[in-house]
Amino acid sequence: MSALEVQNAAKNFGGVHALRGVSLSLEEGERMVLLGPNGAGKTTLFHTISGNIIATSGSIKLFGADITRLAPDARARLGVARTFQITNLFANLTVLENILLAVCGADKLTFRFIRPLEGYSGIQARARGLLDTWGLSAAGDTLVRNLSYGEQRQVEVVMALSGEPRLLLLDEPTAGLSPAETLRVVEMVRKLPRGMTILMIEHDMDVAFEIADRIAVMHQGRIIAEGDEIAIRGNKEVSDIYLGVEETDA
Amino acid sequence: MGRALLIALIGAAAFAVLPALLPSYYLGLVTKMMIFALFAMSLDLMVGYAGLASLGHAAFFGLGAYTVGLLIVRAHVSEWIAFPAGVLAATAGGALFAALALRARGSYLLMITLALAQVVWGIAFGWRTLTGGDDGLPGIPRPVYFISLAGETAFFYFVLLFTGISALLLAAIVRSPFGRALRGIRESETRMQALGFNVWRHQFTAFVIAAGFAGLAGCLYVYHNRFVSPDFLHVVVSAEALIMVILGGVGTLLGPAIGAALIIFLEDFISSQTQRWLLILGIIYVATTLYAPRGIIGLYKEYTARKKQR
Amino acid sequence: MIWVIHTLNGVSFGMLLFLLAAGLSLIYGLMKILNLTHGSYYLIGAYAGSTIVAKTGSFALAAVAAPLLVAGLGAIMERFFLRRFHLDELPQTLLTFGFLFIFADLCLWIWGGDPVLLPKPVPLASSISIGGSSYPLYRLFLIAIGLVIAAALWGLQEHTRIGAMLRAGVDDAEIARAMGIDVSLLFTLVFSLGAFLAALGGVLGGPIIGASPGADFEVMLLAFVVVIVGGLGSLRGALVGGLLIGLLDNFGKVFFPEFALFTIFVPMAIILSFRPTGLFGRA
Repeated sequence: MSALEVQNAAKNFGGVHALRGVSLSLEEGERMVLLGPNGAGKTTLFHTISGNIIATSGSIKLFGADITRLAPDARARLGVARTFQITNLFANLTVLENILLAVCGADKLTFRFIRPLEGYSGIQARARGLLDTWGLSAAGDTLVRNLSYGEQRQVEVVMALSGEPRLLLLDEPTAGLSPAETLRVVEMVRKLPRGMTILMIEHDMDVAFEIADRIAVMHQGRIIAEGDEIAIRGNKEVSDIYLGVEETDA
Repeated sequence: MGRALLIALIGAAAFAVLPALLPSYYLGLVTKMMIFALFAMSLDLMVGYAGLASLGHAAFFGLGAYTVGLLIVRAHVSEWIAFPAGVLAATAGGALFAALALRARGSYLLMITLALAQVVWGIAFGWRTLTGGDDGLPGIPRPVYFISLAGETAFFYFVLLFTGISALLLAAIVRSPFGRALRGIRESETRMQALGFNVWRHQFTAFVIAAGFAGLAGCLYVYHNRFVSPDFLHVVVSAEALIMVILGGVGTLLGPAIGAALIIFLEDFISSQTQRWLLILGIIYVATTLYAPRGIIGLYKEYTARKKQR
Repeated sequence: MIWVIHTLNGVSFGMLLFLLAAGLSLIYGLMKILNLTHGSYYLIGAYAGSTIVAKTGSFALAAVAAPLLVAGLGAIMERFFLRRFHLDELPQTLLTFGFLFIFADLCLWIWGGDPVLLPKPVPLASSISIGGSSYPLYRLFLIAIGLVIAAALWGLQEHTRIGAMLRAGVDDAEIARAMGIDVSLLFTLVFSLGAFLAALGGVLGGPIIGASPGADFEVMLLAFVVVIVGGLGSLRGALVGGLLIGLLDNFGKVFFPEFALFTIFVPMAIILSFRPTGLFGRA
């Protein structure tokens, strides 16, 4: 059974075809990177998998269960976690509070009204453990809006990880980062447990080839090529469409 | 937590001795302050924590008040039933409003809550045979719960008990996992969804809880006044609750309680000095928005922060 | 025949509501401001109009000067107060509510608490016969002028440069700004226009509704119901909503006097549950 099975997913926005029938399949533990120029439909595909957008047609299955029309929170509870292209954190809460909310969500600890969150020692320990593991302990009490952009991207990834998701969707986690910060995020992803299935959008070819087991290239709402590094580098259509664009795009 | 408990105990003790110190008129005024403090705190749960702005909170205040009034004056029901029924009616009204209004956000939500509250006002104002219309329902006696609460002192303690317990409950709720989730939702709904939180269900619950506490305040106020009229439901009351919340400090619970006490005091004091209370109230709205958007608590925090820097 | 009379009453009242709701709706559509002072503009328009008529005897002058005065008031509110809180609904609400109180008390101070009814302009003070019963000409004039203003506003929105800017701004103020439209000036203009229309409603409604303390609230709430029903940001919604509410109000008062307000609020609640954005509003 595939971890993620997208079949013929399509999405129209009032006549604009953002997705024109995309199919892809990830085995459990597989790491796939989506490449493609801006407007290729990568983020739309992500949204249909995470539930922020419902596909116009086609189906999406998570470990065999049909999730095509589920709400984002229902998918999250089934083990889908994601980061956002534009940093989407709780800017006015501290780093620890951000992670705590993520752990609460993962533990379905939501409708508890009386005992303060500080009293849930297991949750607190897990959140602090995550900060330790990913080297963010020192920033625990800093408000997220006071962090550097690179640190915010890291918090974003750690939040997605805190539920130990079965499927992790990373939307350009290294966009806008310095080379050193990019390296740190790439290291984070490489250190993730091998059992976790990862689908990632990336603009940086080097980052993509470093992380991915398999690469899919999107163009104009379709997947035009799929395969390992050699196959993609050797693909004429890809180098015409994407690699050419990337030079001017970057 | 220990410090907060200590402050709460000292505060409770200070309130407990008030009846010995204040003349009956001012004791009644403090009772009114406590009722509106509860009302403002309930609104703060929505506005300050869940990020749901409302201009219709008076509807729940009035639903509680009218339920008690109608059950006692028209149906001659026991006050043991009427009082909880009032809170229940407000809570149910909150659920209905939330179901209708929660699809909207921001200023649209403000307008819809205002319009829905106006429906309740319309019933109270128009259905004269039941509600007495504009004249309201007079002659609602203060209840007897083991002892008579007719005197100002006994009634003061009665209100203190309910407001105190409610304040503790609300303070617990905002620190609980549920309350923290509300703050997260206020900051980013999409992120909370991605973390597996059902945003709608959280907002709905916050709305209903807030309506319940507002209804409790309304029930207390109808006993305080011995009277209920459509004025309880007026948009002015909703707006007054909103200015209490902002003037005190949105999202702090303590702030809205202070804001409520201040507005009630000013209303009493200025009305006794001049005819122009409405003008001054309007200026308070404008000045608060311009010069103290984080409220009294916000000003205090800025002050202590500046002192620390020096 | 009684039906015709009631219908005409409802339509003429609906035209007044349209004047109020059109401004409210445009202001919301462009700036997302929920203007609670809108009823005050009506009230000040009616009071100032009554003073102008009393001093000069000219209804026409009142119908121009009073709205212009209120438009200036609106411009000041927008420029110096609301502007600072762009897209921040809570402070905007408190500000407009504060001004509602301030204006209400100032009106009470200046014009006292007794209701003021404007005299009808002389050429329109007579009645005509409709199917045997006499009907005031002034109400027919209201319907006509309402249609003229609706047509003028529609022309302004669809066929002028300002209208094009307005439509762009309602769609997306940021993009309009990026296109080089002076959004700042546009905001002030539209806010003043809204205030102007509301005050005009006050002068024109003066002979039949009049001005009294509390009318600001009533009028504001009716205008809100109209835009909720019609849809925010839509001129067509303001017109259709205004007529609908005007008729419902009139027939409600005739047939269910005890539930007069109900005949307005119940349809509103129903529309709200099935079409949260109103009849002509966009999602």
